[in-house]
Amino acid sequence: MLTYIIRRLLLVPVLLFGVTVLIFGMLQFLEPDERVALYIRGDPRSDAQVDSYIKKYCLDCPIYVQYTNWLVGTVDTVTGEREGGILYGNFGWSKTGSQPVAQLIARRFPNTLDLTIWAVGPVILVGIWLGVQAAVHHNGWIDQAARVFSIVGTSFPTFVFGLLVLMLFYAKLQWFPPGRLTDEFNVVVNSDAFHHYTTLLTFDAILNGRFDIFLDALRHMFLPILTLSYISWATFLRVTRGSMLETLRQEYVTTARAKGLPEKDVIYKHARPNAMLPVVTLAGFTVVGLMGGVIITETVFDYPGIGSAAAAASAQLDVITVLGFALFNGLILIVANLVVDILYAAVDPRVHLS
Amino acid sequence: MTQPVTPTGNNELLGTAVAMRKITRFERLLGPDNYRIMQGLFKTPASIAGSILILLFILVAIFAPVLAPPVTPNDPYKIPRDGFKSQPREPGSDWTKNVPDIPFWYKAVTGNEEWVHLFGTAQGQYDIYYGVIWGTRTAFRAGFIVVLSTLLIGVVVGSVSAYYGGLTDNILMRIVDVLLVLPGLMATLILAAVLTPIIGKSTLPVMISLIAFGWLGYSRIIRGDILSVKQRDFILAARVIGAKDSRILFRHIIPNAIVPTMVLASLDIGTVTLSFSALSFLGIGVEVGYADWGQVLAFARNWITSLNTYWYIIVYPGVTLVLFVLGWNLLGDALRDVLDPRMRGKV
Repeated sequence: MLTYIIRRLLLVPVLLFGVTVLIFGMLQFLEPDERVALYIRGDPRSDAQVDSYIKKYCLDCPIYVQYTNWLVGTVDTVTGEREGGILYGNFGWSKTGSQPVAQLIARRFPNTLDLTIWAVGPVILVGIWLGVQAAVHHNGWIDQAARVFSIVGTSFPTFVFGLLVLMLFYAKLQWFPPGRLTDEFNVVVNSDAFHHYTTLLTFDAILNGRFDIFLDALRHMFLPILTLSYISWATFLRVTRGSMLETLRQEYVTTARAKGLPEKDVIYKHARPNAMLPVVTLAGFTVVGLMGGVIITETVFDYPGIGSAAAAASAQLDVITVLGFALFNGLILIVANLVVDILYAAVDPRVHLS
Repeated sequence: MTQPVTPTGNNELLGTAVAMRKITRFERLLGPDNYRIMQGLFKTPASIAGSILILLFILVAIFAPVLAPPVTPNDPYKIPRDGFKSQPREPGSDWTKNVPDIPFWYKAVTGNEEWVHLFGTAQGQYDIYYGVIWGTRTAFRAGFIVVLSTLLIGVVVGSVSAYYGGLTDNILMRIVDVLLVLPGLMATLILAAVLTPIIGKSTLPVMISLIAFGWLGYSRIIRGDILSVKQRDFILAARVIGAKDSRILFRHIIPNAIVPTMVLASLDIGTVTLSFSALSFLGIGVEVGYADWGQVLAFARNWITSLNTYWYIIVYPGVTLVLFVLGWNLLGDALRDVLDPRMRGKV
């Protein structure tokens, strides 16, 4: 167990280095004058200014100098301020957002996190429940329906499903609008009277005692959550069903039955915990994936998270912004995957012992 | 001289057992393994439905010029426009400007003299029917090119990694780990955004990005398969007689390890098409008005408040895309059952 964790931890610096090299490599596709945006705030005013920036930040220097500059930034000799440097959180200037990329991320990320928190329950628990039911009633009608659902579900592209539910629940029935909040509440949230304790909108609404805002926020999140659940259920169903069927065939389950245990105990106390092992990994990666921003779902429902921001920036070919998001995404994923792997090792006795 | 012994026992049972399965000419042609795979394609109702769907799409792709004659034959992937008005028009509305040639089947099937917008028009008067039909070609083209290239890269990297092992293996697999950190769509998105200004708007940037991040999974699968083949005696035998590394790898190991990966990869065409459409839906890659399903669906994004009126912008291309992916998934499921030895005989 300890060696496993140590080996896993040793992989982290490799991955961090690799991801920075990857992103930096993509930046090299840009001309030096476009890469100026990594260091300055605002848009340069003239060509002469751009040239001076290129000289100042050494953008035509050898690659390794540029790489270290990109990592730690350069210190201005006059003001003593640090300019650029992703390790200091300076991801550059976003042309399309007209603000530093880091600030754009800081604004968008709480929304994505909020969506993740509310989506986790429906996405994971319902899928697992469906899978267990399908396996327990193997070849029964639940199982057949579940199999059809899982294959049709995996064939339904997110954006087609999203557009269809928008057509039904928004355009036709007017129940669940896209976006983040109704305009009138937006005014309230942006006013000084509304305190941002956690930056997560739904929790702030409760802490401020504004349940109407809380409900409105949930109403706007309903369709994205529905879409995310629908796509993930198909996967969870498949994995849980397969794993559960495998476990139910094992001899210790027969032993438990032979001892005369009630079928309920056999399934839920003996079989299910062991069948959950592969599901735990899948659940971990799903949550991590949600946190990284769900590009298509957020875009379809016009939800202001980091996924839709990245998509909008790349549609406008704002490479600096897109790569900033990618870097942030990569960092989150490296840390979160580490946590998932270690948790998994703690849960699975086989990894535990070896 | 010993007399040849004539068998005397009653061999009737053995005889019937052997003769039980007739081997058809078709099976002899394909070989037992490939025959089993082919059989899997037509065994269950689901797999038959999948095969039919894919066959239909292949026919549509082949006969695209007959089904929807292009207005500009030199650039058939440009969806023809009937004017420039922004308001979408419903299915069956008249084609006023820029009318394409009427194909021979049209009059017989519809009884109509004039060419109409069969599936309506999207914003900017792009003809949806044309986009759906020619989008099939785009889908197959992108799918085939991406899958073939990713398979090739994946097989080379995976086999080199597995065959040489040690440091080479370690370095290559760490590179794969790094490239796998970013989720597939995000990685493709950023690379396409970087490449588009350099290459220009076309199907290329997205296809290159899909290839660049698509081979990772295959390299891992083929690596595992090769590691197991590598242990077999015939490889040792080849090494003993002094065969070169490249010969052992390409003539002995890969042919014995590649078939499952190849079949599974060919079924990823559905997934690849999906990613391709998703990216053009987001407005990345192809130009506005390129015949691609995702591109046509993207027209709906500006009309979200009134989608119940303009349902045809999403329903026609959407259903087409779903059926295409469904077809590949149904086939894929059938083949996975055939190929997975653990599931053999159980399902």
